[in-house]
Amino acid sequence: MSRRFTPKIVTANALVEGDVVYLTADDRWSRHHAEAELIEDEAHGQIRLIHAEAQQALVVGACLAEARPGPNGPEPVHFRDAFRARGPSNYPHGKQAAGIRETGNV
Amino acid sequence: MYDYSDFDTAFVRNRAAEFRAQVARRLDGSLSEDEFRPLRLMNGLYLQLHAYMLRIAIPYGTLDPTKLRQLAMIAERWDKGYGHFTTRQNIQFNWPKLSDVPDMIDALADVGMHAVQTSGNTIRNVTADHFAGAAADEVEDPRPTAELIRQWSTDHPEFQFLPRKFKIGVTGSAHDRAVTRSHDIGLRILRGGDRQTGYEVTVGGGLGRTPMVGQVIRPFLAKDDLLAYLEAILATYNRMGRRDNKYKARVKITVFENGMEAFRDAVEAEFDHFRREYSGATRRGLARIEPFFAPPTFRDAPEDSYLAARKADPVFRAWSDTNLAAHRAPGHAIVTVSLKAHGQTPGDATAAQMRLLADLAETYSHGELRISHEQNVVLPHVRKADLSALHAALKTEGLATANIGLVSDIIACPGMDYCALATARSIPVAQEIATHFRDLGLEAEIGALKIKISGCINACGHHHVGHIGILGLDRAGVENYQITLGGDHTETMTVGERAGPGFAYDEIVPAIERLLRAYLGLRSGREESFLDAYRRLGAGPFKAALYPAEAARDAA
Ligand code: SF4
Repeated sequence: MSRRFTPKIVTANALVEGDVVYLTADDRWSRHHAEAELIEDEAHGQIRLIHAEAQQALVVGACLAEARPGPNGPEPVHFRDAFRARGPSNYPHGKQAAGIRETGNV
Repeated sequence: MYDYSDFDTAFVRNRAAEFRAQVARRLDGSLSEDEFRPLRLMNGLYLQLHAYMLRIAIPYGTLDPTKLRQLAMIAERWDKGYGHFTTRQNIQFNWPKLSDVPDMIDALADVGMHAVQTSGNTIRNVTADHFAGAAADEVEDPRPTAELIRQWSTDHPEFQFLPRKFKIGVTGSAHDRAVTRSHDIGLRILRGGDRQTGYEVTVGGGLGRTPMVGQVIRPFLAKDDLLAYLEAILATYNRMGRRDNKYKARVKITVFENGMEAFRDAVEAEFDHFRREYSGATRRGLARIEPFFAPPTFRDAPEDSYLAARKADPVFRAWSDTNLAAHRAPGHAIVTVSLKAHGQTPGDATAAQMRLLADLAETYSHGELRISHEQNVVLPHVRKADLSALHAALKTEGLATANIGLVSDIIACPGMDYCALATARSIPVAQEIATHFRDLGLEAEIGALKIKISGCINACGHHHVGHIGILGLDRAGVENYQITLGGDHTETMTVGERAGPGFAYDEIVPAIERLLRAYLGLRSGREESFLDAYRRLGAGPFKAALYPAEAARDAA
């Protein structure tokens, strides 16, 4: 029996700033995890990943990461993805400094 | 301090210009990331979790005020106002923008610094004893040797694509403060039978996945033969080292799999050949470099004011008890400035702190600074009469923490707060241990202790050689911390023993407390350090403290 596909998002780092970005359903790169497109189908995930990998002028290191649905949008599953979505724990730098309300695209 | 020759300057400027063009081509789309990645890594530019990271070499940990002020400027102008000093005597900036990096590299070149070979399968930044040129127990200053190795290894055409990275560490003292035995090659300067100095050469040390203590390959190498012998080891490794498996590619595995005898024979055969080729090169190189490291003129001064300040000010006394080391010149001390204020990130310094340290080095330490692998800053040549004024000045930027060698003087790698390879965080564990034992008021009582924390098996935080080592792992999606006991980073280097199952994030500080309270109860007296007690008693009682439930069950 094949394993059930766990929902995923496509994430990468912005080419210039290195900041973590997420691919949205309408083909933007958002700085916010909650705005990511939650992918529930494996084949669709592969298509979205290929689409992301082709955008070398905008992002670096596109990959799929596990996520789960939440009240405001997809939430990270693994602690590594939670840290990527928030920033380091020793200083209020990275995304947590920008504030979660800010919206911005690459 | 070595000053760049025209040759060094031209090389660094050319590399900076070349990298600027490469970045431009990446940004305009002519280079793909696959093409660009090896180029940026050759120039010390990594991509981490939240941003790029630029790793800059501080050769053998030696800085002068001009360089440190420039690092402060770079931190403020292009980063977030601070830098992180690492266990390899590098400095890392955690937030540069790709488009700014060429300017940062130009600014480094302006003061004779660069980020070349701080990544990749090359010979990395050469490290040395941070008390070099000052320590009372030193046979000879290791920095001319280290500088010669830097010149020989930088852009060495044969060794840009080694099987794996390669690290060389040098000490000039019998007491090894530079962890030379954990290096691919370790060099210790010693005196031979004829009173001439030479090197004891060790090979195959390393931490990481397969920790190994470097073994002596040559008990005494004449100084003149240094470059020929290094070239022989590297050529042998380049040929015999495995390229089929990244985890078996370090020279420690080459030595282990082939046996020291076979490896040594192969090195000797190469040496025979290189010795002729290199005839006189080491001697000429050292003769050219040594004048740059001529010791300053030390003027002895009465210590009365120092002794009076110790009597009058308990805070100063506590600091001078922990943060000073013996200097070779009368009336002087080596000052270690702690970058481990309780609750702060080990090894981080703000731009303001860097500027203050640069000023203080100028005023009190003959313009010299060192970065230690223990992530502290050293002012190597301070007159004891100036210590009280220095201490007062350090306080103004939060740099007067009196904790060198104590429980809060922790090595911690960046871990999962920054590093893309990490399996767990290290920094907050270090922060919490430091504040916890300060709050308990047990720091002075516990005394000499080395805690070292890594955020993954790569062991940048040297956890294997900590008296207490902590390794952060990912166990089924949860941070988990494994403890090793009894490690030692000195000339008696020992890899610590795994204590048992790991601890969850919120269990690790209580576990360390149980361990250290057990030590306080078990030691024969205050003068018996944790490591000594561990060596005397073995792991048993310490494991029992870490795992009380298991101990109770076994006893039942
Ligand atoms: S030990 Fe691991 S987590 Fe820590 S800096 Fe090294 S590679 Fe990164």
